[in-house]
Amino acid sequence: MLLVLTSILLMTLDHRQQHLQNLRNGLSILVSPIQYMVDLPGNIGQWLSENLSSRQALLEDNAKLRSQNLLMQARSLKNADLENENRRLRELLGSSFKVSDRVLIAELYSVDLDPYKHLVRINKTAQHGVYVDQPLLDAYGVMGQVIEVTPAYSTVRLITDPNHSLPVQVSRNGLRTIATGTGKIDELQLPFLPNNADIKVGDLLVTSGLGGTYPPGYPVATVSQVIRDAERHFAQVTAVPLAHLNRSREVLLVWSGNPVPQEAPDKSDKKDETKPGTSP
Amino acid sequence: MKPTGHHGGWVIILTFIISFILTIMPMPQIAIHLRPEWSALVLLYWCMALPQRIGVGTGWIVGLLLDVLKGSLLGQHALALAVIAYLILNLHQRVRLFPLWQQAVVVMMLLNLSQLLLLWFDGITGQPAKGLQYWLPPLVAMLLWPGVFLLLRGIRRYYKIR
Repeated sequence: MLLVLTSILLMTLDHRQQHLQNLRNGLSILVSPIQYMVDLPGNIGQWLSENLSSRQALLEDNAKLRSQNLLMQARSLKNADLENENRRLRELLGSSFKVSDRVLIAELYSVDLDPYKHLVRINKTAQHGVYVDQPLLDAYGVMGQVIEVTPAYSTVRLITDPNHSLPVQVSRNGLRTIATGTGKIDELQLPFLPNNADIKVGDLLVTSGLGGTYPPGYPVATVSQVIRDAERHFAQVTAVPLAHLNRSREVLLVWSGNPVPQEAPDKSDKKDETKPGTSP
Repeated sequence: MKPTGHHGGWVIILTFIISFILTIMPMPQIAIHLRPEWSALVLLYWCMALPQRIGVGTGWIVGLLLDVLKGSLLGQHALALAVIAYLILNLHQRVRLFPLWQQAVVVMMLLNLSQLLLLWFDGITGQPAKGLQYWLPPLVAMLLWPGVFLLLRGIRRYYKIR
């Protein structure tokens, strides 16, 4: 009976406010070895495939990466030019706009949490300057935001979690709306668009930067279906996330500039840090 | 029944750790809704086998760790597991005499109750509704119970845990 009351008290406290973060942090150290053990087979597999691949394969890989690098470099040259021009124009307009963000590479733990929530765990913590609400990307688009930072790991809510919404904008015409998760890993919903909204299949959705959590201009999803039913108030629009939500292992944490991380994140490995342009 | 001190305590802890590992092990997308509540199964077995050692308190602690592990509301699984541990402690003398399939049915009902409690608290805190597949894990657990029971009984007899 006492324990039941304690649990209810704990739940209330945990739901309403952040007092229990210390308890959670302590317990997270207890459970993190378990998480590490579950992650281990995947890690070993990766290590083996890296170490046992033949010289020939490595050479081919290297050549491919080199040519890709050349291509990217050429593109980024052009990008740098455009960035400069953009900044100049914005200065002319008198608006402040930050183009490049600082990023840090993190790795996902391959563990399954609740199948009804889309949460993932990453191996970077407050030590590396991770903070709650920090956005997470992969090489293709926005993945989610950090909801909990403990000494052993951080928990991230993916954009397809049914409790998650993010402000987006159609990149073709700047139409702003909100994309909410559906609980399916490959589907987002845009529930607040009127029937006459200018949106069509194939439109690219990017973050609009409203709300302050996600920096503006990162790709989120492409519209996959638009149903305009005259009997309903809103069009039913679904979109497919661009990020490889259930395949990526390496992900990027972004510092967009507005909230300053408590500790200087320079402690982290220097080689992890890069400074790309707006989109990776 | 002779007093045995802390005999075999580490085996019990190990079985719980393995149940935690099974709880967060990555699974193929099809099987994702079928994963039984391993920790609850292990807890129910030990409550039934060693009611004088494993009980509501153990259930509560295991549940709390499960909450942190799964990132759910702190105390949610703790409450659910404490309640089913309490019920099985009351029932254990009867349930122990049941044939295995009948035990499995009792286990399924207890796990359904725990799912229901979890669902209530999800509902109160504003989580979105869940489909019918939410009730599959107790069914899977029922089918697995004979295996889990025989395995854990084998372990208990091998290490002479009392």
